[in-house]
Amino acid sequence: MHILDINGVTKTFGGVVANHDISMTVERGSITGLIGPNGSGKTTLFNSIVGYHPIDAGSIRFQGKEISKLPVQQIARMGLLRTFQQTRIYGAMNGVENMLISLPHRKMRMWDSFSRNSREEYERADHLLEFVGLYEKRFLRSGDLSFGQQKLLEFAMALMNEPAGLLLDEPTAGINPTLINGLIDRLKRANSEFGITLFIIEHNMRVIMNMAEKIYCLAHGEMLAAGTPDEIQNDQLVIDAYLGAH
Amino acid sequence: MNNLSKHALLHWSCLLATVAAPFLFPDFNTQLATLWLMIIVALTWDMTGGQMGYNSLGNIAFYGIGMYVAAVVTIGMVYDVGEYTNAFGGGVYKFTDAQYFTGMAVGVVAAGVFCALCALVIGYITFGLRGPYFAIGTLGVAIAAGELVSNWDWVGGGQGIALPVYPGDLDTGKIVFYFLFAATGLALFVFLKWLYQTRFGAAINAVRDDEEKAEAMGLHTLRYKLFTWAMAAFFVGVAGGISAFQLIHFEPLETAFQTINLGIFMVVCVLLGGKGTLWGPVVGAVLFHFFKEVTWTYLLGWQWVALGALIVVTVVYFQDGVMGYLMHRKPEWFGIRVEQRAAGNADTVTAVDGANSARAE
Repeated sequence: MHILDINGVTKTFGGVVANHDISMTVERGSITGLIGPNGSGKTTLFNSIVGYHPIDAGSIRFQGKEISKLPVQQIARMGLLRTFQQTRIYGAMNGVENMLISLPHRKMRMWDSFSRNSREEYERADHLLEFVGLYEKRFLRSGDLSFGQQKLLEFAMALMNEPAGLLLDEPTAGINPTLINGLIDRLKRANSEFGITLFIIEHNMRVIMNMAEKIYCLAHGEMLAAGTPDEIQNDQLVIDAYLGAH
Repeated sequence: MNNLSKHALLHWSCLLATVAAPFLFPDFNTQLATLWLMIIVALTWDMTGGQMGYNSLGNIAFYGIGMYVAAVVTIGMVYDVGEYTNAFGGGVYKFTDAQYFTGMAVGVVAAGVFCALCALVIGYITFGLRGPYFAIGTLGVAIAAGELVSNWDWVGGGQGIALPVYPGDLDTGKIVFYFLFAATGLALFVFLKWLYQTRFGAAINAVRDDEEKAEAMGLHTLRYKLFTWAMAAFFVGVAGGISAFQLIHFEPLETAFQTINLGIFMVVCVLLGGKGTLWGPVVGAVLFHFFKEVTWTYLLGWQWVALGALIVVTVVYFQDGVMGYLMHRKPEWFGIRVEQRAAGNADTVTAVDGANSARAE
C-alpha cells in the first residue's frame, strides 16, 4: 500500500518551474530515495509535501488523505515529518529537553502541556539519544554540539515523534565520513525496528544505493527516471544528468 | 549545605524581606509597592520576550486597560459611569466601605480576565508578525489604545478617571496596596516557577529557539503563543487594576497607557536582569528601580540622560544581563553542563561514536 501518493504536482516560483508534473509513490515501510543534480527541485518537492507552500497543480495524499492544502503543523501531527538540510534544533535547550518537546503532539491535548514529562518519556528520550550515540552529550546545550551531532539529534527528535513517514533532506551531508556507516545503519534500523517509512534526498550515491529499495531521479524539475538502485545506476539519462551530456 | 536547602534559604529570606519591608521602611511604602509593580511587569514581559522570543512593546496596553476596567467596574456597580465621569470635580459620589472593597475585588479580577481576553484577540492578529515587526505592531496597538481611550468621553476622555480614596487611615492604605502588589508578584513568581518546568514552558522555549522547526514538529505554536500572552496580560491587568486604586486619579496617556515610561522600563528591567531566566526580571527590576529612584533624587534634571545611558550600556555591553553573566561565568550554579574542550571537538565526536558502536556490538 502507498503511504505517500504524489500525482501530477507542479510548483512554480514566478517564472521558474521548480517542479513540473511530478508523480511518484512511496510504499509503506519502504526506504525510498530521491536524487537529482543541484537545483533539480528535490527540496521544493519536500517542501510541497509537508505543506510549506501551496502547490499549483496536482495532488498529494498521505495515508489516503489529501494533504496538499493543509498547513505544516497539521501534516506533522498526522505523522509525516521532515528533517532539514540545514539542521534545525532548539539551540538553547539541552539534548534531553530537545527530545522531550518532540513528543508526538497529535496525542497531546492543551491540558497535558501543563504537566511534566513522565518517567517513561525520559527513558524513551535517553534510549533514543543512546540509539544515535549522543547519550554522553545529552545534558549539553545543543547549540554547542557540532554540526554532525546536531544532525543526529535532529534525527533522534524525529524518531521521538513516532512518525509514520519521515522525509530526510540530505541526512549525511556535512557528516564526518567515518560516521556515515553508523548513520546508514541507524536509518535502516529506524526503518526495520520502528517501522518508519523513509523518503530520503541524498547526494551521496554510495549511501542511497545501499539503502533505498526504489529511487526517483529528478532533473530540471521533471521526473527523469525511476527504478531500483541497479536500474538507476545503469540509466543513461541519469548518468548524463549527473555528468553532463553533450 | 546542599543545593536544595540553599534554595529554600534564599526563597524564605526573600519572603521574609517582602513581609518585613513595609514595616522596616514605612517612609518608602509607595516606593516598595512600585518596585513590586516593576517586578510584575518585568516577569510578565519576560514570558513572551525572554522565554518565547516575542519582544512585545505593547504590554503596557494591558496595564492601561486593567486600570480602566477596574475603575469602570467599581463605579458601575454603584453609579452610572457616564454621569460619574461627566461630573468630574463636581457632584458628590460617595462609596461605602463595602462598595469600595467589593468594587476593588471584583474590578481587579475583572481587569485581569478582560486583559487576558484582549491578549487573545490582539495576539490572534499580531502573532503573524515576527521579530521587530511584532515589537512595532504591538507598540502600535498600545499607542492606539491610549488614543482611543483618551477620546472616549464615557470613561472620562483625556481627563481620566478619579476613583474614591482608600477609606480609612491613609498609611494603612499604603501598606494594603504594598501587600496587594507583593501578593500578586509572589503569586506570579510561584506560577512561573511551576509553568517553566512543565511541557508548556518547554514548548514556548522551542518557539523561541526555532519556531519553524516547532511548526515542522507539529507543535500548536499559535495556541502556545496566545496562551502565554493571555497569562501575561492577566497579571499585568491585575497590576493595572491595583494601580488604579493606589493612584486614585489617572489619565490615559501619561498614566494608564504610558508607553515611554513603564512600557519601556519593563523591557529595560528584563534586559538588565537577564532575559529568559526566572530570577533575571526580579533582579533587573530591583536594580532598575533603585537606579531610577537614586537618579531622580540626586541627578534631577539629568535623570532621563542617566536612564538613557543605562539603557545604552545595557544593550551594547551587557546584553545577557546579570543572570546571563552569572550563567556564563558559573554555569554549575544553574545546573548547566559545559563540555570540556581539551580533546578538541572532532575527536570527542569520534570517541563518543566509537564508544557507542562498541556497546552496540
